[in-house]
Amino acid sequence: MSSPLEKTPLSKDGIAKLIADDIPTGSFVNLGIGQPTLVADHLDLERGVVLHTENGMLGMGRAAVGDEIDPDLINAGKVPVVETPGASYFHHADSFAMMRGGHLDVCVLGAFQVSVTGDLANWHTGAADAIPAVGGAMDLAMGAKDTYVMMTLFSKDGSAKLVEKCTYPLTGVACVSRVYTDHGVFEITPDGVRARSTYGATLDELRERTGLDLLD
Amino acid sequence: MSSDILEGRDAAARAVADIPDGATVLIGGFGPAGQPLELIDALSRHGARDLTVVNNNAGNGDYGLAALLKTGHVRKMICSFPRQSDSWVFDDLYRSGRLELEVVPQGNLAERMRAAGAGIGGFFTPTSVGTPLAEGKEERTIDGKDYVLEYPLHGDYALVKAHRSDRMGNLVYRKTARNFGPVMATAASTTIAQVNDVVATGELDPEVIVTPSIYVDKVVLTS
Repeated sequence: MSSPLEKTPLSKDGIAKLIADDIPTGSFVNLGIGQPTLVADHLDLERGVVLHTENGMLGMGRAAVGDEIDPDLINAGKVPVVETPGASYFHHADSFAMMRGGHLDVCVLGAFQVSVTGDLANWHTGAADAIPAVGGAMDLAMGAKDTYVMMTLFSKDGSAKLVEKCTYPLTGVACVSRVYTDHGVFEITPDGVRARSTYGATLDELRERTGLDLLD
Repeated sequence: MSSDILEGRDAAARAVADIPDGATVLIGGFGPAGQPLELIDALSRHGARDLTVVNNNAGNGDYGLAALLKTGHVRKMICSFPRQSDSWVFDDLYRSGRLELEVVPQGNLAERMRAAGAGIGGFFTPTSVGTPLAEGKEERTIDGKDYVLEYPLHGDYALVKAHRSDRMGNLVYRKTARNFGPVMATAASTTIAQVNDVVATGELDPEVIVTPSIYVDKVVLTS
């Protein structure tokens, strides 16, 4: 019999908690702006997980409140944060060398689309009037040892965001290793996409709705 | 050689007075943190035209970099992330075709300036391979991995904000306001730093100096 959890899709917090629980002790982690920042709320920093922020800091702590707010201490989303013990600061070229040089264990990014081979599209809708803004997404996607995506499995119009081939402009090729969604967690493997768990839908239902050969 | 230390009410104006029309100006800051506001405002008033400006973003609100863009004196913006909730000045100029935009992945932006400062003629990076930002660029496969060739990004001037300087122009920064300052200081022919505090030479611990004075031409003390 299914557990009650499996009968409902996960909330954003539910997805964030799953990701936080999967991040190994001692990892150096970058959380992308937007939804992935929720993962920080569920990370036990005493487990030794160290957060990196692209604007030049390791050991980033939670959002700053009240007197803690310092305009010189912000995260990638420009939100004031606090230091944790053992934090360090460095300039942008060093920060991106850290990212691009494969030193970060995990990054968590949002996405418009992820393909079955791990291609990521998350920076540009391709719309003619859209202002392109890439930030550090391409560097992170290619540079981290593991790139996790956090997103809803379906867009507002009901179309799947896990797709055979991305139709939006790419951020990186074959860079995503795992996709956490409200309806399931998916591993990108050389054999195809394996569903690790599903929420609020059976695997067959997800195969039907995504049109993908999801592996069990 | 020591840097020029400029103090007083018109110090910022004197510091930027030589910036000519057509200059490429590297401007430090990540959003508001580390943005050298007094120098940017002085550049806005100075009136040099046809500028190319390099910054991570493209201005917030109506102040600083956004106010500089609003003067209409910037021809081209090179940045990684122009679109923000409060980038209406940029958005309007871009959409009406009055401002050219080159979007560069943030790591390439930093590394291109690092290369310029280090005398490197170009570098191969996996960032942007297979994306629209790699179109038209030379690609190479090295040890089975695909790379894109990127070129150095040199500035005529760099305007940066540091926390403190000594009389020689050695700089230390504060927290995440450091961001692009140190790498931009190396990449420009003339670097102007605004600081909150100037101390006597010898008072900064040599172990903690982030930007050595060789990269700094002028220091502007802001109150």
